[in-house]
Amino acid sequence: MPVMTYIEAISRGLWEEMERDESVFLLGEDIGTYGGAFKVTKGFLERFGENRVIDTVIAESAIVGAAIGAALVGLKPIAEMQFADFVTNAFTQLVNNAAKTFFRWNIPLPMVVRLPSGGKIHGGPFHSVNPEAWFFHVPGLKIVAPATPYDAKGLIKAAIRDPNPVLYIEHKFLYRNIRGDVPDIDYVLPIGSADVKRIGNDITLITYGSMLHWSLKAAERLYAEYGTEVEIVDLRTLMPLDKTTIFESVKKTGKVLIVHEDTVTGGIGAEISALINENLFEYLDAPIIRVGALDAPVPYSPPLEDYFLPDENKIYNALKILKEY
Amino acid sequence: MQTSSIYLQNLTDKDYLKLYYFMSLMRQFENSILNLYRQGRIVGGVYSGMGNEATAIGSAFALDSNDYLFPMHRDSGAHFVKGQNLRTMMLQYLGRADSPTKGRDGSGHYADPILRIYGNISHLGAMIPVAAGVALAIKYRNEKSVVLNYIGEGGSNVGDFHEALAFSSVLKLPLILIIENNQYAYSTPVYKQTIARQFSDRAIGYGIPGVTIDGTDVLEVYSVCKEAVERARRGKGPSIIESVTMRMQGHAAYDDAWYVPKSELEKWRQKDPIERYESLLFDKKILNESIKNEILNKINSEIQDALNFALNAPLPKPSEDLFKVFLEKD
Repeated sequence: MPVMTYIEAISRGLWEEMERDESVFLLGEDIGTYGGAFKVTKGFLERFGENRVIDTVIAESAIVGAAIGAALVGLKPIAEMQFADFVTNAFTQLVNNAAKTFFRWNIPLPMVVRLPSGGKIHGGPFHSVNPEAWFFHVPGLKIVAPATPYDAKGLIKAAIRDPNPVLYIEHKFLYRNIRGDVPDIDYVLPIGSADVKRIGNDITLITYGSMLHWSLKAAERLYAEYGTEVEIVDLRTLMPLDKTTIFESVKKTGKVLIVHEDTVTGGIGAEISALINENLFEYLDAPIIRVGALDAPVPYSPPLEDYFLPDENKIYNALKILKEY
Repeated sequence: MQTSSIYLQNLTDKDYLKLYYFMSLMRQFENSILNLYRQGRIVGGVYSGMGNEATAIGSAFALDSNDYLFPMHRDSGAHFVKGQNLRTMMLQYLGRADSPTKGRDGSGHYADPILRIYGNISHLGAMIPVAAGVALAIKYRNEKSVVLNYIGEGGSNVGDFHEALAFSSVLKLPLILIIENNQYAYSTPVYKQTIARQFSDRAIGYGIPGVTIDGTDVLEVYSVCKEAVERARRGKGPSIIESVTMRMQGHAAYDDAWYVPKSELEKWRQKDPIERYESLLFDKKILNESIKNEILNKINSEIQDALNFALNAPLPKPSEDLFKVFLEKD
């Protein structure tokens, strides 16, 4: 099986869908001639032409709005935000137009907005955001956030084929730091389905995106030192949440750690914690703990960014508290 | 862009009467909507297009059935020109179960993909990028349709106006944007919206045609829009048309527009779009008292029929199905 980086897997998935379906097209800033700020779409213009790989003006609201319009009449646009941070410029288009279209009009809206997100790349306050919680609260937007190359390819294909607006959150730190097996076949992963990335009976760790990799390391360390078995649920999709997989794991372990790179207050973890409290209170043997970034903008200078972000140590320490509870 | 009379030469007497019918229909429809609001039967916002009939009708009349209409809240008549029927519009305003949005949204905020009508949302300007996206799809598929969208002079200050025009002009998309300059954005007069000479000058910044027209003259509106439509159809890209009118009523039904000087309203009342057109048709001997009565009676009975139909139609019953936000694949 071919081994690919995370970014190659996204690129491969996009390419296959463009080959497969002529109604799929790309629009965004610098994605054509230049091949994208991160080179996700390198070579696409040469293969698919400027009608399907559209270099646009710098106008995020127009990019997302135009994707909505094209999707309304049956095309399958994929809009790239150069950095997830810039999607704030398209907020009205997403939360008022895209999110409310099916509810109001019962019309399919098959569009994807790609959001290169996350920190640990020294991007500072305007190139490092984790945008998921802004949109998690908006009914009508699906959100996926793959952590591995395998999931990245399977989910970009699923997002493109979904008849609803899907925000595809791709973590920039993972782009070239994570490699994995990616089958050279046409496979599509279901949206709304979490994946247990490590099996265990003692503690449930719920995470997604970049934090999966630090969580796996922390869990191995805890196991090596204490023999504690952590089960890691990789959400993969944030909206709709896979409550079944979350609940099954929590029922088994009775202890829960939720980890995300996004800031803690009002994050995805808060909702998951509330769901577990409402549904599985009697199964719990310890308070639910959340690990996330500090409630502040992402800082620029490396020592500050390292202090700000969750990491293997912070996850390990939280796991240890739960183990001892 | 020049006002081109070629397009007027192609209009038949029947077309002239159609324009008259639709303008009169729009006014009567809006009167009945206003009555329903005052009776407490319409509970949401009611925005009048009184004074805007020539702009709404003349522009939409320049479209073919394959073209797309993205109307604003003062363009009710444009829906009818594009083929929408009165019963459906009444159901929609009254929030009935069988309305296009099944009660989930009101007024002109519906879409009809068959008629190619896509209603506005309340955020001014937010539909211009979406209209541009439909225009992009037309170009993508190498079709010959065009997209007609509207914005107010106030709404033309919203960022989406600029983004969508920057986007569409570079890609030469078949988009026609009408700026309905009706002198007031809610309570704010036009001189507080721009210090530019005219709103159509904004076109210069995008390298596209921009023209200012008398928005109370339905024939001028029609012929200028038709020219922009044909230009877009030929792949020459977007145009801006500033149509100068007057908002003859308040921002919404609850607003008595005390801030508008009576003398200003009186001045514009002399240019009432329907009366102007009517006397022109009388002069041209296309219209006479008997044809006029025939048309107005037809309109009255159509509106009465729609009212009876919609007022007797059931309100929606809350159900899980009505609150779905995602289309589920089978």
